[in-house]
Amino acid sequence: MNRMRQNKIDEWLVTSPSLIWLLVFFLVPTIIVFIIAFKPADPYGGFGTGWTLDNFRAFENTNFPLMLWRTIWLSLVTTMICIFLSVPTAYQLTRISPRWRKLLLLMIVIPFWTSFLVRIFAWKTILHPEGLIKKILVFLNLASPETSLLYSSGAVLLVMVYTFLPFSILPIYAAAEKFDFRLLEAARDLGARSLQAFFRIFIPNISRGILTAVLMVFIPALGSYVIPDIIGGPDSEMLGNKIAQRTFVDRNLPQASWLSAVLILALLIPMILNLYLRSRRLGKHSLLKEGR
Amino acid sequence: MRRSRFPMLMTMGVLIFFYLPILMLVIYSFNASRFGGQWMGFTFAWYEQLLHHYEIWSSLEKTLIIALTATAVSIVMGTLAAFALHQYKGWLQNVHFALVYAPLVVPEVLMGMSLLLFFVSIGMKLGLFTIFLAHVMFCISYVTMVVLSRLQDFDFGLIEAAQDLGASRWEATRRVLLPLLMPGIAAGGLLAFTLSIDDFVISFFVAGPGSTTLPIRIYSMIKHGSPTLINALSTILLLVTFVLVWLSQRLTEERHR
Repeated sequence: MNRMRQNKIDEWLVTSPSLIWLLVFFLVPTIIVFIIAFKPADPYGGFGTGWTLDNFRAFENTNFPLMLWRTIWLSLVTTMICIFLSVPTAYQLTRISPRWRKLLLLMIVIPFWTSFLVRIFAWKTILHPEGLIKKILVFLNLASPETSLLYSSGAVLLVMVYTFLPFSILPIYAAAEKFDFRLLEAARDLGARSLQAFFRIFIPNISRGILTAVLMVFIPALGSYVIPDIIGGPDSEMLGNKIAQRTFVDRNLPQASWLSAVLILALLIPMILNLYLRSRRLGKHSLLKEGR
Repeated sequence: MRRSRFPMLMTMGVLIFFYLPILMLVIYSFNASRFGGQWMGFTFAWYEQLLHHYEIWSSLEKTLIIALTATAVSIVMGTLAAFALHQYKGWLQNVHFALVYAPLVVPEVLMGMSLLLFFVSIGMKLGLFTIFLAHVMFCISYVTMVVLSRLQDFDFGLIEAAQDLGASRWEATRRVLLPLLMPGIAAGGLLAFTLSIDDFVISFFVAGPGSTTLPIRIYSMIKHGSPTLINALSTILLLVTFVLVWLSQRLTEERHR
């Protein structure tokens, strides 16, 4: 009995530093977002006393649904492109010698370590009216000298794919690494064409990795702020930009809270969907796959 | 058996996609032309200008102070958290894990915004200290995950052996577990350090007057400043990153020896 109590005390001792820190600096602030959303703004950039629904007015603006829709489709398309590029890459990574694999994996991880701003800036230089890509396009007669590559939704999409691609390659690779490639050979021996075997055997077997990759790309993509801010223009603003704008330009924290609350709710949808898909898969395959 | 070349070509395409922008940046940093685009000859001028750019050095100092302190605190908390998560099961650890995991997936703009609201509502002055508090928060999560994955590979028979030989639990932890876990803790710390140095979004939200860290400085240079200076600065940062990645790679290799 005494030992069990001692054990409990030990557990609390090692758990509490991180637990308390994260409660205070993560959970409590997240809850505060929903409270401040119902507070009136004061002219000094803080918030007043009492309660109000006025901040909801931001939604009456016709630009708002458009911006929300843009945020969602840019994130969706980014996710789809990332998955499309990652599956063949992950497949290839499992098919090469360990030496090469280690090198290539390292090359994929390095961009994750390099400064985020530096990578975005690099794209700004390249897409710049005087930059490399524009010159090539003009040279090939694919673009007129007047077209602007920067400050458009297309440019934002490109840089979002660039930024989030490592996050989708790694989980898919982790799943592909565990895949038993003899299954593909077996399928082919039984008469399946290569592509057929790839889609009907390989893809379903790495679907967990794909699901993780979808979340790892889609969730941060929904919250993009710096990419549309630097690469995008007025017609490619996203929810993250609006939050920052309300905070730093208009100094209206309650309205920024409203927008943040919308973003949190938007994030809950893919998270709940993920839980649902996972629990369903678990039920269906529990005897085959999870019975470890 | 015929194998499609498509995955191979795709992989090469992806790698070119990853490195082309970075390579261009490095090349441009030696370009004498002020606005990029045309190649006007080789120069070190931008690096020299960088040397005399006082503001950059003072931002770097602030960034390093925050990164070092935040890393130190988060190493201790993250390692303890990993121990707790590995050692105990139950509702407390489920809540604990959810809290550790959440900052890894929640977009930075949300964490920045909610922390700003939090600091404003409790009336705390924004500055270097609030940035430090925020950085420790997300660094804990990364350190915990890295150390936890090492703990899962750890052979706990060694601890039992030490205890059989007469070591107390504390002694076994301090003299056997910790030294063997050191590469993992160092790798987690290195990751935390890099993420702290690199963090822009959260810092930008909780920064106050006089707490312009290097990423905040770079951001305002991108928005208003000279592109050539950023090219040079970026090249230096890239070089530092490559060294750090190499170091962390060495630390991971230690485990396989």
